[in-house]
Amino acid sequence: MRTVAVVGASLAGLSAARSLRKQGYDGRLVVIGDEFHRPYDRPPLSKEFLAGTLGEGELALEADGEDLGVEWLLGAQAVELDHAGRAVRLADGREVHADGFVIATGAAARTLPGSEGLAGVHTLRTLDDARALRDELARGGRLVVIGGGFIGAEVASTAYALGLDVTVVEAAPTPLAGPLGETMGAIVSALHADHGVRLVCGVGVKGLSGETRVDAVLLEDGRGLPADIVVVGVGARPCVEWLEGSGIALDNGVKCGADGRTNLAGVVAVGDCANWYDPRAGLHRRVEHWTGARERPDAAVATLLAGGAVQPGVPRPPYFWSDQYGVKIQFAGHAAGADSVTIEAGAADDRDVLAVYRRAGRPVAVLGMNQPRLFMRRRKELAADAS
Amino acid sequence: MMIPACRLEDLPRGEAHRLDIDPPVSVFHTDDGELFAIDDTCTHQDASLADGWLEGCEVECPLHASKFDLRTGAVDAPPAKLPVRTHEVFVEDGMIHVRLSMDAPNLPPCIAARLAGGPA
Repeated sequence: MRTVAVVGASLAGLSAARSLRKQGYDGRLVVIGDEFHRPYDRPPLSKEFLAGTLGEGELALEADGEDLGVEWLLGAQAVELDHAGRAVRLADGREVHADGFVIATGAAARTLPGSEGLAGVHTLRTLDDARALRDELARGGRLVVIGGGFIGAEVASTAYALGLDVTVVEAAPTPLAGPLGETMGAIVSALHADHGVRLVCGVGVKGLSGETRVDAVLLEDGRGLPADIVVVGVGARPCVEWLEGSGIALDNGVKCGADGRTNLAGVVAVGDCANWYDPRAGLHRRVEHWTGARERPDAAVATLLAGGAVQPGVPRPPYFWSDQYGVKIQFAGHAAGADSVTIEAGAADDRDVLAVYRRAGRPVAVLGMNQPRLFMRRRKELAADAS
Repeated sequence: MMIPACRLEDLPRGEAHRLDIDPPVSVFHTDDGELFAIDDTCTHQDASLADGWLEGCEVECPLHASKFDLRTGAVDAPPAKLPVRTHEVFVEDGMIHVRLSMDAPNLPPCIAARLAGGPA
């Protein structure tokens, strides 16, 4: 293999470039990114960066003096994968020819239809998004966060600490019920009320009001929530439109095996855009976690370099973290499918719990709130049990 | 400076013992029976590496995914970017001792600010 093109310059793309070099690939390496920034870390965007305690320089993912021998094509949007011609075509007409391809184009924030062009309405996915939101939050006022998931909750927590008046709207009866289940979702989302942040659940958003700038969020039950700033945190969709027509199998992202291989020879997929086969569960999952974007490229790159001749190891159960209102939240495994959840240390009222999810008596997930030590022990047991 | 840590018999393999000095230091007893001492705080954010995932000669931060090499202090991947200090360890009469490095520690921004007397 003489040229590898990595499409996507965020954590998954950078991790793939690192894996390639670590695994001995010494050919030409091109990384294509649609943003103009070198790879940067996203978790702080909703927390320390938004709060102003971490600067842009500290977001860099590359170490000082790190040289991977990469040709960076930044501000370059991939618009087509020509598999037969072994090329990626860019929006400006350029083509990058390569023998190996790593698809790492990530996911984009979902928006609210009809909110385009209305000032004061934000999503939070990229550094540019975070800059814009940070500048607005600094002016203060009433913030309404649409979506009580992790991004929404972290923005609410950060904005609360900055002194804003914050309301969170969640369409489901319980926020975080998807990733954490009803019981623990209720306990974690109780952090909002602990700090005087209003949480409005079980009602959808009908739309936004305002002429040029948003002034309220309109709910489906007829209520209106006055707002100076609105953050839409309603999930993300995989950035794979550019692959349509390429012959690559798409199904909730790029469909790929447990080792990242796609249906096309010499093409692997990693990160948020990849819908990986989970051998434990016997199904495909698209897991939008930092840890997966960091770890899975190792396997995908091994597959790419070996032409698919390696047996993939069983990956660790997915892991993610969140920081809200000074509480460290950690989760590993899959809550879906658990038939019980037990608090095994701490107390829900103190917001410092260690909870184990089980299915037919076997642990399938673990949640920690301010319990890093116990959480890590349980996470190790979970990985050992699952492998 | 030389500091007695704990008795070797009280630190099973696969476990770590944290010294509550400032900044804290931890002694790791690997599954292979080796002893190492490094700064306890992850260089990325305030987390105790003694609570981390010990595997071979590496410990993974309990919060995020960076791993530190116990032998050299080197970090493998983000979010941490700086190595931790390593310290000399030796056992005398069944007691583990740590000889503290004279190098400047690499502490995460919040801890460094606190040690410098600024806001935590």
